[in-house]
Amino acid sequence: MFELLGISPQVLLGQLLLGLINGSFYAVLSLGLAVIFGLLNIINFAHGALYMAGAFVAWMLLHYLGIGYWPSLILAPLIVGAFGILLERTMLSRLYHLDHLYGLLLTFGLALIIQGLFRNYYGVSGLPYRIPDILSGGQNLGFMFLPNYRAWVVVASVLVCFGTWFTIEKTRLGAYLRAATENPALVSAFGINVPLLVMLTYGFGVALAGFAGVLAAPIYSVNPNMGADLIIVVFAVVVIGGMGSILGAIVTGYMLGIVEGLTRVFYPEGSAVVIFVIMAIVLLIKPEGLFGRAA
Amino acid sequence: MAAQDTDTDTIAAAPVPQAAGMPMLHKVIFVLLLIFLAGLPFMVYPIFAMKVMCFALFAAAFNLLLGFGGLLSFGHAAYFGGASYVAAHAAKVWGLTPELSVLCGTAAAAFLGLVIGGLSIRRQGIYFAMVTLAFAQMVYFFALQVPFTGGEDGIQSVPRGDLFGLISLENNIALYFFVLAVTFGGILFLYRIVHSPFGQVLKAIRENEPRAISLGYNVNRYKLMVFVLSATFAGLAGATKSQVFQLASLTDVHWAMSGEVVLMTLLGGMGTIFGPLVGGALIVTMQNYLATFGAWVTIIQGIIFVIGVLLFREGIVGVISRWLKRPL
Repeated sequence: MFELLGISPQVLLGQLLLGLINGSFYAVLSLGLAVIFGLLNIINFAHGALYMAGAFVAWMLLHYLGIGYWPSLILAPLIVGAFGILLERTMLSRLYHLDHLYGLLLTFGLALIIQGLFRNYYGVSGLPYRIPDILSGGQNLGFMFLPNYRAWVVVASVLVCFGTWFTIEKTRLGAYLRAATENPALVSAFGINVPLLVMLTYGFGVALAGFAGVLAAPIYSVNPNMGADLIIVVFAVVVIGGMGSILGAIVTGYMLGIVEGLTRVFYPEGSAVVIFVIMAIVLLIKPEGLFGRAA
Repeated sequence: MAAQDTDTDTIAAAPVPQAAGMPMLHKVIFVLLLIFLAGLPFMVYPIFAMKVMCFALFAAAFNLLLGFGGLLSFGHAAYFGGASYVAAHAAKVWGLTPELSVLCGTAAAAFLGLVIGGLSIRRQGIYFAMVTLAFAQMVYFFALQVPFTGGEDGIQSVPRGDLFGLISLENNIALYFFVLAVTFGGILFLYRIVHSPFGQVLKAIRENEPRAISLGYNVNRYKLMVFVLSATFAGLAGATKSQVFQLASLTDVHWAMSGEVVLMTLLGGMGTIFGPLVGGALIVTMQNYLATFGAWVTIIQGIIFVIGVLLFREGIVGVISRWLKRPL
């Protein structure tokens, strides 16, 4: 059947895999946005910039300190997360009593600053980051060649997404978090330190972006603009999924990555806009998003 | 529906003393501004002055939506840039006169605003901002791929042509007064919209949407109307700019442009009449002087955003307005 359509299974599966990898990044990034939005009611426009910062921190750790990929996978998100906590404490926390749109404007400004600084010091040409030795090479699956690193990206993102979902939905800490999302004043009255919870949540959401950045570093070149366009697509993903549920953000991320990959096979010109078209359709049919709760 | 409409008009018209006419202070400012602008091309480079005016109109159009409609669109570059492409195409390929080219561009922006606005107002608040941004990015990709926009090159060396087929606009001063008429007229029109009964309903919706609904207003229709109006005037600004620079390019549809217009409005003062004009003039002037510093322009814009949001939410004109205890 594939032959009839003039498309070989190799091409189809190759693009599906590419789509799944893009979907991995969409999932981890939209998960971070959803976690932050849930508690802070802020859309973190700086998410793309912090994803880029994650990739740069990994590159700098290697370049200046000789710290390799595996420690960076832990260290870079921690550094980015700590930076996020600093931003939350010094700036974002002053805006909670205002219209949520100010949070969007503030984080947009922060994104401009972060991107501008990296562009100033590192240019826009992009820096190479080597795939760790253990993951170089690939597997011949018979019908296609699967690079090990790309398989690892999918596995790592699934693990992180599952871990986050499990923590939020099934643990005591997650229960506090969900309660604080519903009614922060009441949770605070029960003796939970809500500002601390908010601070750590923002730090964690941002650390997820940093983690995605480290994962991306060996695939895409490390480049100050790598997050800017990606974040807009992730916004569309978030609108499609609705930010009501953690699982929704994850599933929508992978699903849209795959849809994008398929579009690249059947109608390459449409691959850049297919997610936005889906967003338009979802807005027409189910405005609150596929997994969203009616406002 | 007709009965309901007359009803809404009477309710809205009652508490609007300004609707009787423009306050003296505003009249004086507009007249002084016009006198200043008439002399400006003889003091500074006319192209720069025209750029300032186009962006002032763009910011004023954006402010109609954000400041008076309470809707934060993060995708206004789509209308500004979309109109600039259509106007440039009309002038270069169809050979239309400048006023018709600008009209074509403006109409295209209005249509785009109708489609995108119709979809976007289905979500509120933060989602609305994200949806408009995503649609604008779609327009950007569209402009990148379709042949008529010229991709990375844009549409270059657009002829300026003869106004009404009579007056050549090749002369910078002649063009300047055309641009002055268009942008100043546009800004006065926006002023009129804000101070009309329609503008009062918009304020009511911004302040308390559920109450406006319970008073019988068709809120979504008002939101769509203000969205289309805002897109139209953003388009007028973009179309005029393409005639000034004889160029339509991807810069005009990029998300950074959407961010810039938000910044101009925030800096000048959201929901003020003169704020967007001040903000637009300041940002364009800053870009002009800092052009050689490259990425620093972005960083400084980011810093202005952060400071503006944290400490200075009223904007420059907002603060002056509070000192004077008069709306500006």
